Amino acid sequence: MTQVDPTAGSAAGSAVGPGAGSALFAATVGLAGNAPPRAGAWRLFRDNPVSVAAALVLLVVLVVGLVGRWVAPYGINAVDVANALQPPSGAHWFGTDDLGRDVFSRVLVATQVSLRVAFVSVAFALVVGVGVGVVAGYRGGWLDTVLMRVVDVMFAFPVLLLALAIIAVLGPGTTTTILAIGIVYTPIFARVARASALSVRVEPFVQVSQTMGTPSGYILRRHVLPGVSGPVIVQTSLSVAFAILSEAALSFLGLGVQPPEPSWGRMLFDAQGFLGLAWWMSVFPGLAIFVSVLAFNLIGDGIRDVLDPRQRTLLQARRSTRVPGRRRAARTGGAA
Amino acid sequence: MTGTPAVVPANGAVLSVADLRVSIGGREIVRGVSFDVRPGQTLGIVGESGSGKSMTVLAATGLLDAPGARVTGSSLITGTDGGAPTQLIGAAERTLRRVHGDRVGFVFQDPSTSLNPVLTLERQISESLETHRGMTRRAARTRALDLLTAVGIPDPERRLDGYPHQLSGGQRQRVMIAIALACDPTLLIADEPTTALDVTTQAQIVELVRALQQERGTAVVWISHDLGLIGQVADDVTVLRQGEAVEQQPVLGVFDAPRHAYTRQLLDARPLLGQSAPPPADASGAALLTVESLDVRFAVTGPTGRSVVHAVDDVSFTVRRGRTLGVVGESGSGKSTIAGALTGLVRPRAGAARLDGEDLLAGRGASGRRLRRRVAMVFQDPFSSLNGRSTIGTSIAEPLRVHRLTASGAAERARIAELLELVDLSGDYVDRYPHELSGGQRQRVSIARALALEPDLVILDESTASLDVSIQARVLELLLRLQAELGLTYLFIAHDLGVVQRMSHDVLVLRGGRTVEHRPAADLFADPREEYTRALLDAVPPVRPRAAQAG
Repeated sequence: MTQVDPTAGSAAGSAVGPGAGSALFAATVGLAGNAPPRAGAWRLFRDNPVSVAAALVLLVVLVVGLVGRWVAPYGINAVDVANALQPPSGAHWFGTDDLGRDVFSRVLVATQVSLRVAFVSVAFALVVGVGVGVVAGYRGGWLDTVLMRVVDVMFAFPVLLLALAIIAVLGPGTTTTILAIGIVYTPIFARVARASALSVRVEPFVQVSQTMGTPSGYILRRHVLPGVSGPVIVQTSLSVAFAILSEAALSFLGLGVQPPEPSWGRMLFDAQGFLGLAWWMSVFPGLAIFVSVLAFNLIGDGIRDVLDPRQRTLLQARRSTRVPGRRRAARTGGAA
Repeated sequence: MTGTPAVVPANGAVLSVADLRVSIGGREIVRGVSFDVRPGQTLGIVGESGSGKSMTVLAATGLLDAPGARVTGSSLITGTDGGAPTQLIGAAERTLRRVHGDRVGFVFQDPSTSLNPVLTLERQISESLETHRGMTRRAARTRALDLLTAVGIPDPERRLDGYPHQLSGGQRQRVMIAIALACDPTLLIADEPTTALDVTTQAQIVELVRALQQERGTAVVWISHDLGLIGQVADDVTVLRQGEAVEQQPVLGVFDAPRHAYTRQLLDARPLLGQSAPPPADASGAALLTVESLDVRFAVTGPTGRSVVHAVDDVSFTVRRGRTLGVVGESGSGKSTIAGALTGLVRPRAGAARLDGEDLLAGRGASGRRLRRRVAMVFQDPFSSLNGRSTIGTSIAEPLRVHRLTASGAAERARIAELLELVDLSGDYVDRYPHELSGGQRQRVSIARALALEPDLVILDESTASLDVSIQARVLELLLRLQAELGLTYLFIAHDLGVVQRMSHDVLVLRGGRTVEHRPAADLFADPREEYTRALLDAVPPVRPRAAQAG
């Protein structure tokens, strides 16, 4: 059994007799939805080797994204037809493409392009989505109904189809790609933020503010926004992963980032015709996508485990109840 | 500790616990507790929250399943039909499974979560009968019917096929007791079984358990934070404090000759009837708040369609300046709805509320905001009424900033320190987070935040109900002191008549959203006119334990 953080006491609550356990531990440990910024959060994150590994990988990817353009050994458009389709070698680590351009240099530069598209589009989705979701969730009533029906409609479209429609209207290009992905991911943030805002709205401390005549703006800023931050942070990390994939997909269809600018998806698009001839043209950009998406996903999971006490509790409860029989015994007192 | 004179030796005891220790993450939570439960008798375990009373009993019965918890010591339960006793500490799952529900039955605090909402009552009662007794479904049903009848569920035949949500809280707890007693256990563990219930329901459950116990000879371990209640149910008492048994005696000894200072403290903190409120802060008796024919209805959309709950039905009352109006009622009586209407959380359907002649119910927007300043409210739950992400200072600063009551910066900090001092907290608390504070301290912060508004009226909605009795006593003292010093007017909502009598100059008794009685406190307590008021008064645990009355 791993050593257990004492703050994780509530884990037992769900496993022991429902009434006694959870109430008891919640009371002694004070782990509720209204959780304070826990000092142990960072330690919990640090103790998870998967999260740490993902964070390190991400750091490398980010550094590459920042400095790649300057450390790339060749220009991204340094055409050298004489050396086209060369396999990986000392001079060209990832080989060369059909125009003799250095794949390694292009992957480095594409990192920046792909990450920029992903980050900016998710930032757009975050700001708009959280704004819509928080207002809808907190205000409720007809405004909530109207905003959420719009969100439902957006959800009903397949992601790529919606992005394609937006690009069809605005024409392809990096800015359009950012906007398209941003709009596509806005409803997810709106849903996540609304769900949290709904639960924060009925918290007694929000009611206290209402009885004191605190204006809605203050309540939203001070109480609701911090309350939704946890799930939104997790969603951000996961969305960046999906945004990278979406950008790759759009560029792969030739609708995203336009040449001569390289992006991971664009490079895969260019490699299509050479799959049998030059595996390196598709494998390296593909690997870059795979590694960064995986890293963002894992780090998102890691953050959720730390920030969302209920999820974490379930995990640990599962880990601690080795024998399901005990649960059954407790069910004499009914299973909740 | 095993040799405490009053407790019979381990032989003959139904459950014999010796030197029980529980530690979690290196912290010892239960420190060498020993006790014996005699057949047919009730052991009361009393202590404040965090004293380890539930932990002790869960560990002793093998139910404790906290990750990383280390349990040592001994806990022997008598075998069936005079067989060898079973050791429960460190017992295998199989052994525990055979004991739980068969020889030991459990009743937990919250009857609304302890029952499975998707199973019929019959399934839930007969589960242990079928597993432990190998009964057929039909035999189990007959037995379940007997049990429901025994615990006093009306129309048991029909209820068997019903679901928990069709029952009231008290009825659910009766069903829990039926489940616990299904296999005729030798030991019944009741962990705060009445804490979530109304006072009159609590009295009924106490009677029920007593009657069943006498009939079946079951031994009971009754855990409670309320020494008054323990006095009504227990034969022997173990007082726990910080995981240690500081006193173990028969119940009469605990009440008449407490040996430990902590027991005396618990005895003194009990809210008893007969302590009247101090003289009012304003002798004039002029009305501050007048409420006339308040009517609140909620539209409830349920699975069976829409219905209207008439939460407050034609209630009128006055609150006099510098005095306290105690509002008493059980759950569903509409007392919190009245508080909600007066603070703008709930919109009444009809009626008027005038504070110094100004209409409290009319204001919206800016004028509404000004009105909100005049009525402050302190909520029941000290854990959720402060934002866990804000420091204490930020929480208290909110009303100051919103209503521009001080200049920002140094003046604001000075005012916050002043408010904290008013509620007996030091200035260091400004930068702390709520989770670092105890329940009583948090409630003091909530009071300070309410006072920051400099309100005319303070509504205290069960503000001390979730605190331990000793903490409650101190917070009540604080409220009385503040009233005397600042000339505050309180609307004091509570279900505990002892507390209400201690605090109030006038009392309003509510039932089902209607006024039962509205009279000066002295008159009402001396001569309750209505039967319901008398029932509430009778439900308050008396000063002396039941054993003393029996002779």
